[in-house]
Amino acid sequence: MFEALQDGLTSAFKTLRGKGKLSEANMRDGLKLVEKSLLEADVSFPVVRQFMADVTEQAVGEKVLKSLDPSQQVVGLIYQELVNMMGPVDNSLHLLGKDQVTVLMMCGLQGSGKTTTCGKLGRMLKESGRKPLMVAADLQRPAAIDQLHVIGEQLGIEVFSDRGQKDPVTVCNEALKQAKKLGADVVILDTAGRLHVDDELMGQLQRIDRQCNPHQAYLVVDGMTGQDAVNSAKAFNEALELDGVILTKMDGDARGGAAISVKHVTGVPIKFIGTGEHLDALEEFHADRMAGRILGQ
Amino acid sequence: SEGRLIDDQFLDEMRAILFKTDMGYDSIEKIVDEVATKMRGRVVTLEEVVATWKAKLTELMAQENSPIKFAESGPTVIMVCGVNGAGKTTSIAKLAHLLKSQGKTIVLGAGDTFRAAAVEQLTIWSKRLGVNLVTGEQGAHPASVAYRAVEECISTGADVCIVDTAGRLQTQKNLMAELTKIQQSIRKLIPEAPHEVLLVLDATTGQNGISQASNFTEAVDCTGIILAKLDGTAKGGVVVAIKQQVGLPVKYVGVGEQPEDWALFNPVDFVDALFAEIGATSTASA
Ligand SMILES: Nc1nc2c(ncn2[C@@H]2O[C@H](COP(=O)(O)OP(=O)(O)OP(=O)(O)O)[C@@H](O)[C@H]2O)c(=O)[nH]1
Ligand SMILES: Nc1nc2c(ncn2[C@@H]2O[C@H](COP(=O)(O)OP(=O)(O)OP(=O)(O)O)[C@@H](O)[C@H]2O)c(=O)[nH]1
Ligand SMILES: [K+]
Ligand SMILES: [Mg+2]
Ligand SMILES: [Mg+2]
Repeated sequence: MFEALQDGLTSAFKTLRGKGKLSEANMRDGLKLVEKSLLEADVSFPVVRQFMADVTEQAVGEKVLKSLDPSQQVVGLIYQELVNMMGPVDNSLHLLGKDQVTVLMMCGLQGSGKTTTCGKLGRMLKESGRKPLMVAADLQRPAAIDQLHVIGEQLGIEVFSDRGQKDPVTVCNEALKQAKKLGADVVILDTAGRLHVDDELMGQLQRIDRQCNPHQAYLVVDGMTGQDAVNSAKAFNEALELDGVILTKMDGDARGGAAISVKHVTGVPIKFIGTGEHLDALEEFHADRMAGRILGQ
Repeated sequence: SEGRLIDDQFLDEMRAILFKTDMGYDSIEKIVDEVATKMRGRVVTLEEVVATWKAKLTELMAQENSPIKFAESGPTVIMVCGVNGAGKTTSIAKLAHLLKSQGKTIVLGAGDTFRAAAVEQLTIWSKRLGVNLVTGEQGAHPASVAYRAVEECISTGADVCIVDTAGRLQTQKNLMAELTKIQQSIRKLIPEAPHEVLLVLDATTGQNGISQASNFTEAVDCTGIILAKLDGTAKGGVVVAIKQQVGLPVKYVGVGEQPEDWALFNPVDFVDALFAEIGATSTASA
């Protein structure tokens, strides 16, 4: 794992071998490489700064272990600290019993992958013996309702929509009213993409949240997001009190530092990662794998 | 504000400002090194230093006044590509809206035959904008849709054909090869087409934008970038690294979800926005 970084560190720490203790001075070049790696992975700058300070503090004064290459010793510490930062991991959807209706709400910026992720979760729930109902609450993007219907048909999952309706809050309320009748035990709300600085649309999302009281509100975040991840995640969390995050488009070569940024500002667990356009491309989030990826596996 | 000594702390504050823009490690360390070697020990204001970066970046990001290269005769073909959800289809609607307002007749090609309701999405736009659309049958190869769209453009004597493509990650070899095929099929009708290959980049994208730009350019010779979703809080600074490392210029920016939410890329505005927090005055005087 993260061989490039490890190689760089091995040469940065060459002179350290057999020396007594780690100090800020003798680790400087090595730590600079770690910092570079995190920044190139798009971890938020203030978070990187804090992280480097914490890790340095922990490392300083530690004995250089005879049994290990000092670079391995430092990398081990950093890796473990990254894993800790992304934990505790909780992949559960916290579903109620089948006799009740659990409501899940997807929200996020435009194009992050909400509608596709609704389908992926619906598929997963159906496979586990649940009866999901997907709700087309995006009345904004052209053909958003059609998109959810196509996905529903592909999966054999019921989709609730009301093409005449202008207010998504009404659509969601109506869907919840009918959920039981339609035999559903989980309702997944597909909301429109919106910017966290769009007060009107954020207000609309809060109205859905207040009236439908979703048991779980998930922020769907594009895994390729850069430094802005902290801004949007913070705003969505303040508006909704998120319960989890889903990181999409992780099938490419993005290092995914947004995972740390988002976790840092919201404190909520990252539940899943999206790993493809197909509706089975959803995996549970693993902090250890993610840490490896961020360090440049 | 008050002048300050350029020391390590000053350089560190500079980094904090620069990294927030997504300009990327190499571009930023280059700027910081330059300040460190040329100006260390001098007393300056942060605004003065920022003004010098702004001047340089504005020059780097400069572009021609009319970013679309139109065919000398016959139709102009514009192919639009990019990763999933970047804003391709919406940007096509915006570009069509602009070109139509300039009196051009347009044919859109619904080359995304993969994503759920992608064709319906472009169909709605074509109706709203009152422009012609060519779609493929279910499961049609995107290259054949692109071919037919260009054919339609030629036969109806329309001015511009804009071809939409499905979103794809730049690491997906098969899908990148498919994109090359689309381009080749367009060339069967017009050898020098597509005249523009525009890569749509989401302004919130971080360092992955560099690999997007280089891989798409390798597959289809991109001619420029459309920087979409610049209406949020992200500044799209990765285009600076892309310009330096891949050489692709930004041509247009998207600033909303409506057809009119679109502007010519303006380097001065862009650079001002990158450092808006500093509140330094315009680069014009720098
Ligand atoms: N490669 C890849 N593509 C994905 C993934 N998740 C979603 N996509 C694609 O990303 C694009 C946008 O997905 P949507 O589900 O429409 O996104 P959205 O958030 O609902 O978009 P809006 O409703 O417009 O805000 C589509 O092309 C999807 O196929 C993923 O995990 N990997
Ligand atoms: N705020 C904002 N939203 C935008 C902008 N451009 C596009 N969008 C939104 O982003 C989402 C995705 O846009 P699309 O045009 O469908 O993106 P795409 O690249 O065609 O997506 P795929 O075909 O699925 O890969 C939609 O909700 C658009 O309305 C923009 O400039 N600003
Ligand atoms: K933005
Ligand atoms: Mg959607
Ligand atoms: Mg599209």
